[in-house]
Amino acid sequence: MESLHDKKLKYLEELANKIRETIIETLLEAGSGHSAGPLGMADIFTALYFHILNHDPKNPDWPDRDRLILSNGHICPVRYVAMAYAGYFPMEELKTLRKINTRLQGHPHRTALPGVETTSGPLGSGISQSIGVALTARLDNKKYRVYCLTSDGEHQEGNTWEAIMFAGKHKLSNLTVVIDRNNIQIDGYTESIMPLEPLREKYESFNWHVLEVDGHNMFEFVDAVNEAKAIYEKPTAIIAHTIPGKGVSFMEGDFRWHGKPPNKEEAVRALAELRSLRGRIQSEHE
Amino acid sequence: MLNPDAKLNPKLFDADVEQKPTRDGYGDGLVIAGEKDPNVVALCADLTESTRSEPFAKKFPDRFFEIGVAEQNMATIAAGLGISGKIPFISSYAVFSPGRNYEQIRTTIAYNDANVKIAGAHAGISVGADGATHQATEDIAIMRVIPNMRVVVPCDWIQTKKATIVSAELKGPVYLRFGREKSPVVTTEETPFVFGETQVFWKSKKSECAIVVCGMLTYAALVAARELDSEGIGTMVINCHTIKPFDYKTIVAAAKKCGAVVTVEEHQVHGGLGGVVAETLAKHQPTPIEYIGLQDTFGESGPPPALLLKYGMGIKDIKEAVKRAIERK
Repeated sequence: MESLHDKKLKYLEELANKIRETIIETLLEAGSGHSAGPLGMADIFTALYFHILNHDPKNPDWPDRDRLILSNGHICPVRYVAMAYAGYFPMEELKTLRKINTRLQGHPHRTALPGVETTSGPLGSGISQSIGVALTARLDNKKYRVYCLTSDGEHQEGNTWEAIMFAGKHKLSNLTVVIDRNNIQIDGYTESIMPLEPLREKYESFNWHVLEVDGHNMFEFVDAVNEAKAIYEKPTAIIAHTIPGKGVSFMEGDFRWHGKPPNKEEAVRALAELRSLRGRIQSEHE
Repeated sequence: MLNPDAKLNPKLFDADVEQKPTRDGYGDGLVIAGEKDPNVVALCADLTESTRSEPFAKKFPDRFFEIGVAEQNMATIAAGLGISGKIPFISSYAVFSPGRNYEQIRTTIAYNDANVKIAGAHAGISVGADGATHQATEDIAIMRVIPNMRVVVPCDWIQTKKATIVSAELKGPVYLRFGREKSPVVTTEETPFVFGETQVFWKSKKSECAIVVCGMLTYAALVAARELDSEGIGTMVINCHTIKPFDYKTIVAAAKKCGAVVTVEEHQVHGGLGGVVAETLAKHQPTPIEYIGLQDTFGESGPPPALLLKYGMGIKDIKEAVKRAIERK
C-alpha cells in the first residue's frame, strides 16, 4: 500500500463521512437495519477498501486478493456502501437493501453478491472461517492476508474463543482480527451484560499480538495494520475503540440505536450533522 | 434372491460372514481421496483414532488439523477452507458434529455453500455401552432438512469407502454417517455405487412389500427378506444409501408394485429415512408404511445386539413389520 500522506488522509476522512451519509440514506430507504455499528465502523471500512486491501472490484474472485471477512454480519450496510463506492456494484443498487430479490441481503450472503467473502450474521463464527482461509493461504504458499472484522459483543460466544485458541497455537500471522470495541450490544453495555475486560490481556494470554487504536483515527489504524504485517510469530488483534453511531449526535454511544434505522425526520437531522461535520474536518486540515 | 446385478458378498448369509466397522471404510476412503486430490484436507476434534482419521493424519500430516474438543470451531474453520479451494472432511461423533455445531453447519457450510464433508461417526444406538448421550439418533433428520446439504448413510465398510471417495469429488456440502461396531460386509468392490441412486439388493419372485433400508441394518433386512421368502412372503429390499437427494422414482415404483413399504434405519422413526419415504409416497403413491427405528425415545447403555432387539430393530421386528404392512393393504 502507498504511504498515508496528508492528501490521502484527507481524502479518506472525507470519503468516510460521505459513506456515513450514504449509510443513513440507505437505512432510511430500507426501513430496517442497524445504524450504530455501521456508522462506528465507517472509518475502518474506508481505510480497508480505499487504502489497505489488495483487491480488484472488477475482479472480485481474484485468487490473490486480500480477504475481508465480516464476522458481525449485521453491520453490513457499511460494507455494502463502501463496496459500492469502491465500484463493486452500482450505487443505485444500495436502494435494494433488505428488499425482495436483492443481492444486498439483510445479513450478507456469500453467493448472493460477489465480493462478500462469507455468509454471516449468526455471531462468533467469523474468526474460525478466517482461520480456514488463512490456512489455505499457508498451504498454497499464497501471500494474501486475511482481515476479520468482529464485534466486541460476539466475544461472548464460545466459538470465538475456540478460534482465538487455534490461531494462537498455529501462529497464523497472515490473520489480522479487528475488534469493534464500541461497548454496546442489543441489551445494553457489554460490561454490564457480560464483561469482556480485560480484553487485551485475554488475547495476549492466547498468544496473540495485540494493538489498541482509536477506531476513528485513520492514521493510527493504518499504522496498526502495518505493524501486524511485520509480526511473523503471532496473529494480531487490533482493538479499535469506536463510538457507536459516530457522527450523529443523538445516536452516538446509545445502545438503543444498535438495531434500528432512522425515520425520515431523524435521517434529515443526521444528514445535516454529517454534512456540517465534513466541513469541520476540512477546516482542521487546511 | 439376492439381486445378481448388485454383485453382493456371496458369503453374505454364511455364519462366518466377514465383519468390519463402517468407520474403517471412512478411514480407507479418506486416504484414497487424499491421494487423488491434494486439496483434500481433514480435521478432527480429539477423536482421530476413533473416527479413523488417523491413517490420513499419518500419511498427510501437513493436511491434517487437530482442532481439539471444539466441534463448532471445526465446522467453521472447515467452512473457511472450503470457500478458499480446499476439500475439508471434518469428523467427530455424530452427536457432536452435526449435533453440537448445527447452526455453524447451517450458516457457514450449507447456506455459505462451502465445500465441506461432514463425517458423523458412532451414529445409531449400536454405539452400545457409552449410552444415549453418545448415540446419534436424530442426525439424519437435522441434516436432510438443510438446503444444499446431501446425506449419505452407507450400509457397510466398502460402501462407506466408496461414498467417502465420491463425496470428495462432489462439489458442495455432504453429510456422511457411519457407525462404530463391526457389521457384516454386504457389498463387494464390484458392487456399483452411484451417488443419489438406490439399489435393489433382494428381490423375491413376487414382492408383496418393499423394505427400504439404510446403514448397517441393511444386513438384518436382507436376512429378514430371506426368511420371509422361505415362509412364502415375497419382498424386495432397497438399499437407500443416499437419503438426499432422494431417489424418489425407484421408491415410488417399488411402492406401486408392492403395495406396502417398511422403512428400516438406526435412527428415530421421525424425520429420517422413514420421514423422506413417507413424504414422498404421501405425495406420489399413498401406500401403507411401517417404520423400524427408535420410536421417539432415547437409547441406553448395553451390548449393541441386545439394544437393537430391545428397541425393536431386530430381524424379527422387521419381519413382523412386513406382515403388518401387507395386512394394511
